[in-house]
Amino acid sequence: MTPILAVNNLTKTYGRLVAVNDVSFAIQAGSCFGLLGPNGAGKTTTLEVIENILPPTSGDILYKGHPRAATFKNEVGIQFQQTSLLAMLTVWETLQVFKALYEHTENLDNLVKQCQLQEFKHQRHENLSGGQRQRFLLALALVNRPQLLFLDEPSTGLDPQARRNLWDIVNAIKASGKTIILTTHYMEEAQHLCDEVAIMDHGRIIARGAPEAMIRKHCEGVTVVLPRRSFRQPLETLPLNLQEINGAVHIQTSNIDDCLKQLLSCQVDLSDMSVHSPNLEHVFLNLTGRQLRD
Amino acid sequence: MHIKRIWIMFKARNWEFFRDRASFGWNFLFPFLLVAGFGILFGGKEPTAYKIGVFPEQTTGIAVASLELPDAFKKTRFLQFVGFASQNEAMEKLRHHKVDIVIRTGPPPYPYWINDSSPNGHLVEKIFQASLAGQIDSSLIQRGQIHSAEIRYIDWLFPGILAMNMMFSALWGVGYIVVRYRKNGALRRLKATPLTAFEYLSAQMLSRLFLLMFTLVVVWFGCDLVFHFHVEGSLGNIFLLFFLGSLSLTSMGLVLAARGTSEEFTTGTLNFISWPMMFLSEVWFSLEGAPEWVKHVAQAFPLTHLLTGIRRIMNDGAGLADVLPEITVLIMMTGMFLGLGAALFSWDR
Repeated sequence: MTPILAVNNLTKTYGRLVAVNDVSFAIQAGSCFGLLGPNGAGKTTTLEVIENILPPTSGDILYKGHPRAATFKNEVGIQFQQTSLLAMLTVWETLQVFKALYEHTENLDNLVKQCQLQEFKHQRHENLSGGQRQRFLLALALVNRPQLLFLDEPSTGLDPQARRNLWDIVNAIKASGKTIILTTHYMEEAQHLCDEVAIMDHGRIIARGAPEAMIRKHCEGVTVVLPRRSFRQPLETLPLNLQEINGAVHIQTSNIDDCLKQLLSCQVDLSDMSVHSPNLEHVFLNLTGRQLRD
Repeated sequence: MHIKRIWIMFKARNWEFFRDRASFGWNFLFPFLLVAGFGILFGGKEPTAYKIGVFPEQTTGIAVASLELPDAFKKTRFLQFVGFASQNEAMEKLRHHKVDIVIRTGPPPYPYWINDSSPNGHLVEKIFQASLAGQIDSSLIQRGQIHSAEIRYIDWLFPGILAMNMMFSALWGVGYIVVRYRKNGALRRLKATPLTAFEYLSAQMLSRLFLLMFTLVVVWFGCDLVFHFHVEGSLGNIFLLFFLGSLSLTSMGLVLAARGTSEEFTTGTLNFISWPMMFLSEVWFSLEGAPEWVKHVAQAFPLTHLLTGIRRIMNDGAGLADVLPEITVLIMMTGMFLGLGAALFSWDR
């Protein structure tokens, strides 16, 4: 089946800076694809080139098997990471403005309901809180009934409750059959929403696949985390697979019993120990030696 | 091109303007305060030196000391001598109250003319006669008089203030606002929609035209209630000229809005253009007697042609055919600015 979007050898440079370096991937219709990576990895640039906001330096982008035509803007919805809107307008008026710019549009009442904006629709959009604003920007991205939806860091800056709320809405959109591409540096968000993720670092895709499959492939067992102060001896003297990150020691092990025995035999203080199942953060850590939010 | 898109962007910009109460109020208050201030301070009289038109003389770099006029008159303070090549040119300026008296230079007798509706003219006549040490006879002077309607300074100034307000509103309301939208990413958001640059710019221009004309009508009739302006020509023609001027100034704003993301730089550019335009387009004072090169520079500004046309209609009773040169220049400038603005426009750079 022809993917709804295919990106082939995409490169974007700014002078000598290579922001996106030979990136390729394809997305099937109806799926949710995540670009995961730290700040500055090239996620937003990749997205903006695909959205036709920025021109590529080289590479092809095919939408439904063809180069993007003039109708592309009518068929995609975009939620920018940072954006401003026409000033002094209410939520409802701004939705009306955007609705008038497209040919095929969503019923605004339904949209307001779907994005939980009923209470705020007559408020000026400048006065919305963080979570309300993200839902409003999502509504703007959905106003033209898009087949392909771009969400650039949709939950950045939101509190955990607002983030969960947004995820529920995105899951409902996904369930309606729309294709979603999102960027995020929250591994939990990627795991929760995405069918497939590509991890980017320094403009390149360093790993790609379904979240669970990637975790299975790149991480074994569990991760034991201890503060550095729990160790009396130099870390390199310990016979364990460990990394020190921001004052904490991460130990990956497929056998928790053996690991604990080793730690006890080395007289490590286990009182502040925590054990974590591996996630995409650990995948990134294993692949790059850095944390996603370093 | 979709009219629906232009219409919604037009409406959105108008909503923004009318809801921004501070700037909305200022647009009406500013010209009214200026007119009222000048009306009170000068009581309708021009606050400048008396202007003496002399002919036949060179029109630039006039040497007062070498003029064949009574020495006492030449040495009188607060007189500015303006040279004209011919009597016709000088009389035209006298009719338009741009000079207070016209005198033919040469050996006595000195023929001179004043405008009977000009109080300044009568005063300068007294000064001229006094400089002849009481010898007021036909061997020394020959008095002439013309008649034209009295034009108060406020009648002359009023269209200037309206046009100046229009200029600032057009340049800042389009140039500055679009750059601000580009800087804060609002244009980038619109770029992601099917809205074209042509549609967006058309909406900006139409919205500003509507707001300028709306403001003009309100301020005009509001000030007229207080100052009872004397209008010689057709009010319809005056408003047509104002419309063409708005078009031209708004298009100029579009050129300034075409590029850039720095509000500071745009502010500098806007000041660099608007201040010389304000001073050289005869908003506050006539350029009669100014160096020729200054008058040539002034011709580059749409405001100059707008004001020349409007004052000819308002103060001199000219018809549309009489101001055809000004209309033609304004239309040509509009076309040039629009072409340049459209060619240079960028959503995000």
